[in-house]
Amino acid sequence: MARNVSTQRKLITTAAAWTIGILIFFPILWTFLTSFKTEAQAIASPPTFLFFDWTVENYFEVQSRSDYFKHFMNSVVISFGSTLLGLLIAIPSAWAMAFAPAKRTKDVLMWMLSTKMMPPVGVLVPLYLMFRNTGLLDTRAGLVMVLTLINLPIIVWMLYTYFKEIPGEILEAARMDGASLAKEIIYVLTPMAIPGIASTLLLNIILAWNEAFWTLNLSAARAAPLTAFIASYSSPEGLFYAKLSAASTMAIAPILILGWFSQKQLVRGLTFGAVK
Amino acid sequence: MKLRTFLLGTCSAVALAGLAQAETLTIATVNNGDMIRMQKLTDDFTSKNPDIQLEWVTLEENVLRQRVTTDIATKGGQYDIMTIGTYEVPIWAKQGWLLPLDNLGPDYDVNDLLPAIRSGLTVDGKLYAAPFYGESSMVMYRKDLFEKAGLTMPDAPTWDFIADAARKITDKDNEIYGICLRGKAGWGENMAFLTATANSFGARWFDENWKPQFDQPEWKNTLDFYVKLMNDAGPPGASSNGFNENLSLFQTGKCGMWIDATVAASFVTNPKESTVADKVGFALAPDTGLGKRGNWLWAWSLAIPAASQKADAAQKFIAWATGKDYLKLVAEKEGWANVPPGTRKSLYENPEYQKAAPFAAMTLESINSADPKNPAVKPVPYVGVQFVAIPEFQGLGTAVGQQFSAALAGQMSVDQALASAQQLTTREMTRAGYIK
Repeated sequence: MARNVSTQRKLITTAAAWTIGILIFFPILWTFLTSFKTEAQAIASPPTFLFFDWTVENYFEVQSRSDYFKHFMNSVVISFGSTLLGLLIAIPSAWAMAFAPAKRTKDVLMWMLSTKMMPPVGVLVPLYLMFRNTGLLDTRAGLVMVLTLINLPIIVWMLYTYFKEIPGEILEAARMDGASLAKEIIYVLTPMAIPGIASTLLLNIILAWNEAFWTLNLSAARAAPLTAFIASYSSPEGLFYAKLSAASTMAIAPILILGWFSQKQLVRGLTFGAVK
Repeated sequence: MKLRTFLLGTCSAVALAGLAQAETLTIATVNNGDMIRMQKLTDDFTSKNPDIQLEWVTLEENVLRQRVTTDIATKGGQYDIMTIGTYEVPIWAKQGWLLPLDNLGPDYDVNDLLPAIRSGLTVDGKLYAAPFYGESSMVMYRKDLFEKAGLTMPDAPTWDFIADAARKITDKDNEIYGICLRGKAGWGENMAFLTATANSFGARWFDENWKPQFDQPEWKNTLDFYVKLMNDAGPPGASSNGFNENLSLFQTGKCGMWIDATVAASFVTNPKESTVADKVGFALAPDTGLGKRGNWLWAWSLAIPAASQKADAAQKFIAWATGKDYLKLVAEKEGWANVPPGTRKSLYENPEYQKAAPFAAMTLESINSADPKNPAVKPVPYVGVQFVAIPEFQGLGTAVGQQFSAALAGQMSVDQALASAQQLTTREMTRAGYIK
C-alpha cells in the first residue's frame, strides 16, 4: 500500500531536492555566466550575477586561438572508442562471472576493482616508457587502449550487477532450445540487459570524456582531447577566467547535452534491479 | 620487370614525399600573455622558413612542468622545444637532458642578454636555454592611498617602512588592506616569495654542508615578520592567496601594496582590466640593510630536449623567438608596452620602450640586483634566488610551504612551523644523500 504523503511533506522534499540540485549545478551555471563576461567583470567584487554586458568575445578569442573541432573529434574518438572496446571485453567476462561463477570469482572481482585504488601517477613512468617504445605516445589508439583498461573494472562491475538480476533460468531455457554460447549472449542476455548496458555505456563515455590525467600526460599535439583544450586556458600568472570559462563551457557542452537527452536511460539503468 | 618498376616507383614516391614534407616542430609552452602573443606572430617565422611548420601544446604551468619532466626524463621525444624556467635549466643541463644552444646564428648577439638572466641559464659556460621573458619581483603600491596616509614611498624601501606603511593604510571597514602577499602553499607560490624575502633577512635554506637552516634566528625573524604583518594588514584568507588572487584584489582596489612578479606591472596598469590603473607606483623589493633585496629572478626560456631529432630547425625557431628582431616585430604589431620584458639590454636602452613602459627602469634594476649564483647574505652551496636548484626542491619547497601557510592561517605557531620545516628538510636531505 502506498504511503500517504502530506502536501507539506511533499513541499519540503521538493524544496530540498531543488536546493540540492541547484547547489550541484551552480558551479556549471557560474562557469557558463562567466564565459559571457569580460575579464574585468569576471573578477569583479562583489560579483555580478545576471546584470552585466553580455559578450561573446571570449568564444571568438578561444576559437581563433585553438582548434576546437580537432580536440572535440579526439574526445569523441577516445571516449566512444574506449567505452565500446571496454563493453566488448566486459560483456563476456561479466557473463562468466554472473552465470558461471567459480570459487574465486568474488576475489577476481575485488582484485579488478583494486586496480582502481592505486593513484594513476604510480604507473605513469612505466606506461610512458611502454608507449614510447611502441610508438603509441600522442596517438588516439594509445589513449583508447589506456582508457579502456582504466574503465574496464567499472564496466565489468556494473554489468556484473545487472546480469546478476537476470534469472539464470531464462538462459538455461535458451540453452535447452539449442542456442550456442555466443547466441545466448547476443540474442538472449544482451536484449534483456539493454538498460544496464546503456547506462554503463553512458556513464563510461562521461568518465572517459572527463578523464584528465592520462589524456593530458600521454598526448601532445595530435591526439590531445578537450581536457588539454581546457588546460591550455588555465594560468597561474594571469587572470583569464572568462576565457577559461568559455573553453570549459565549450568542452562540457557536448557531454552535457548527451547526458540531458539520455537521462531517462541513465536513471533507469542506475536503478535497475533496485526493486525485486 | 613489373616488380622492379613497382619498387622504383615506390622509392621515388617516398623520396619525393620526403622532400616535399616540411619539418614540424612541436613546441610545449605555458599559457601567459607573452607566449600567446608569440603564437599569433609566428606567421613571420614560417614565411621566412617555409620548410618548418609549428605545432603548439599550450598547458597550464604545473601541468606543463609535470608533462615535460616526464617526457624529458624518459627521453620520450614528444617535444622539439620546451618552455622551462630558471629552476629546471641547471638541473636538466647537468643531467644531459638538454642540447646546448651553440648555433643561434650570427645576428643573435648573445652578449646583449641581461647578465643575471643569462647566468641562470648557463651551465659550465654553455647556454642551455634562451630567455623568452624575464621577471623579478617588486613593490607595486597605490599612490593615492599613500598620499592620503601622508606617506612617500622611497625607490628602495626597507621592510620596516613597508610594514609601517601597510599598517597605516589598512582600513578594514572599507575593505582596504595595507599589503597583499602570497600565502598559498607551494614551492612556486608562497615559498618563492618567502625564500626571496628570507634572503633579505640574512636567512638561507642550507649552509655550505647542506644542513637546513630553519632553526636559525634569521628564519624566525622572517616568518615572524611575515605572519604578524599579514595578520595586522593583510586581507582575510591570505593563506590561500597566490598570484592570481592577489592580482584580482589589487586590481579591484583592495590592496595598498602588493609585492610580486614584475610581469604584473603590465596587468595592473592596464585600464581595461584594472580599476586602479592610473594610481599605481613601483619600488624595488624591500631590504633590511644586509645587502640583499627580497626580489626573485625567473626567466621563461626555450630549450631543446636532447631527444629531439630536429635540433637545427629548433635552434632557428629559438633564435627567432628570443632575438632582437622579435622585440621589434611585437612593437610594430602590438606596441612597445607589450614587448616581452627582461631579457635584453638593448630593450632597456631603447627610448621608445622607456616611454611606453613606466615600470621599465624598476624591472631592470630588480633583475640586475638578483644574483642566482650568490643569492643569500651568507654563502650557500646552491644556485637559485627563490628556489634551490636541486631536483628535491619541488617536493621540499611545497612541504615547507604547507607549514608556513599553516602558520599564516593560525593553525600552528611560527616556532612549530619552523621546527617542522627543519625536521622534514633534514629527513629528506639525509635520505637524498646530501647530509652524510
